[in-house]
Amino acid sequence: MAWFEKASEAPLRVPTEALWTVCPHCKAYIAKEEWKAAQKVCPRCNYHGRMTAQERIALLADAGTFQEINEAVTASDPLRFEDASGKYVDKVAKAKAKTKETESVTTGRAEIEKHPVVLAVMDFAFLGGSLGSGCGERIARAAETAVKERRPFIIVSCSGGARMHEGIISLMQMAKTSAAIARVKAAGIPYLSVLTDPTTGGVSASYAMLGDLNIAEPKIMIGFAGRRVIENTIKQKLPDDFQTAEFTLQHGFVDAIVERKNLKAFLAKTLVYAGF
Amino acid sequence: MATKKTGSKATAWESVQLARNPGRPNIYEYIENVCSDFTELHGDRLFGDDRGMIGGFATIGGKKVMLIGHHKGKSVEENVEANFGMASPEGYRKAKRLMTLAAKFHLPVVSFVDTPGAYPGAEAEARGQAEAIAHNLEFMSTLKTPIVVVVVGEGGSGGAIGIAVGDKILMLENAVYSVVSPEGCASILWRDGKKAPDAAAALKITSDSLLKLGVVDGVIPEPAGGAHKNIKATALAVKKAIVSALDELAKVKLDDLVERRYAKFRAMGNYFD
Repeated sequence: MAWFEKASEAPLRVPTEALWTVCPHCKAYIAKEEWKAAQKVCPRCNYHGRMTAQERIALLADAGTFQEINEAVTASDPLRFEDASGKYVDKVAKAKAKTKETESVTTGRAEIEKHPVVLAVMDFAFLGGSLGSGCGERIARAAETAVKERRPFIIVSCSGGARMHEGIISLMQMAKTSAAIARVKAAGIPYLSVLTDPTTGGVSASYAMLGDLNIAEPKIMIGFAGRRVIENTIKQKLPDDFQTAEFTLQHGFVDAIVERKNLKAFLAKTLVYAGF
Repeated sequence: MATKKTGSKATAWESVQLARNPGRPNIYEYIENVCSDFTELHGDRLFGDDRGMIGGFATIGGKKVMLIGHHKGKSVEENVEANFGMASPEGYRKAKRLMTLAAKFHLPVVSFVDTPGAYPGAEAEARGQAEAIAHNLEFMSTLKTPIVVVVVGEGGSGGAIGIAVGDKILMLENAVYSVVSPEGCASILWRDGKKAPDAAAALKITSDSLLKLGVVDGVIPEPAGGAHKNIKATALAVKKAIVSALDELAKVKLDDLVERRYAKFRAMGNYFD
């Protein structure tokens, strides 16, 4: 074989996926170990990456205190929905297999620095953290448990919005969950909403924006309409900081931006002020 | 794409076209034909007066009510002003203010829903579109006065439900009510906006489907060919339906009414347990 023929061979490829994580925000290569040790916070740009439900529970709940409730409640298929890429039921099955979760939110009793709470954490990996009947029912039941047991209610949101595959029924979950939150507040029980990346659409337009305190992680996306939809509407490019946690705070819709490493302590301190 | 058989009900996509027909009566035409009096009230007391959402005192069949609803313009100028019925946060906050007044003055609320969706603009985001809608959902769920909702045209997602938590949810025969526009759904799930008719069918957004799903309590029939073919007849049917809903709700004690409203929305959902 002549030397010039060798050049057409595939270049040597070193598999690096096992070693590196690319920060979704600044695209920096971060060693996997470092990414994990920093709890998925980018050491370069301070982007707060998406956590799974279990990682979030481990971050916030005192070790061994989380007891799941409502785990039997899962999505059904009210519309027998099917789109170009297949049936909704198959997508749910795939999401379950991928995440080892049974819905886009996991609810349970927990203690946060010894304060008993009801905690609900969303997982973006489960169908984009979308709000459907299963998720809405779990949140409503968790809210009712909070009222009954007089435990503060904390939801960590992480969602693209309503689950389109359930059509109008998913829209109704916004009303259902918001009504359940109203009852938590009417009972004098604190409701803390933690917004993580991203919190948009039907979830931002329901329980995520209804906290007695709305608490956001740094640099995350918070918004109602999608960026592209807005750009198409106003025929203009939006600035980079549009719909960030910082933008949302500046406009008066979140109480505080709290780094992940301080989040548990911040929640505990709030519960002390709230008298719970 | 589903096609219409002769003599059968409109397909989902045909309903979308009818619901968006520019000749379809808008809120001011309903007011003219349904209300013997209307006194418009303006402003959210926080920032401005949204023309995409209007409201005020109204008298319907001799009953005094607080009327709120989306406003789709009839002319280019009106539509520029009203953003084609896409309300801004100020609109949702104005509606909330008027509903607060309604409870104070013991007036039932009548809400007309007709919007492609809440306005997706940069200013609307900055002023908290999500927060404005969320607060209305929470607020309406506990409001101590009867609330009758009529979806008269497009019930576009969060923009619609932001004024549509009520005791009686009525819908015109060819109105549509959906979590997402058929075009939006098609471009996301079909990756092709032209598949909107398929998305419209799959989303089950027509009045008969929504009645079966238990999301609406009653369907108001339209004249042959759609509401725009006979605005007076449509308005009369709407008026009758509102009056009978108000009569029914007037019999319920306010505390029970609020309990029932909670139970109504609490029961919405379809899940395994």
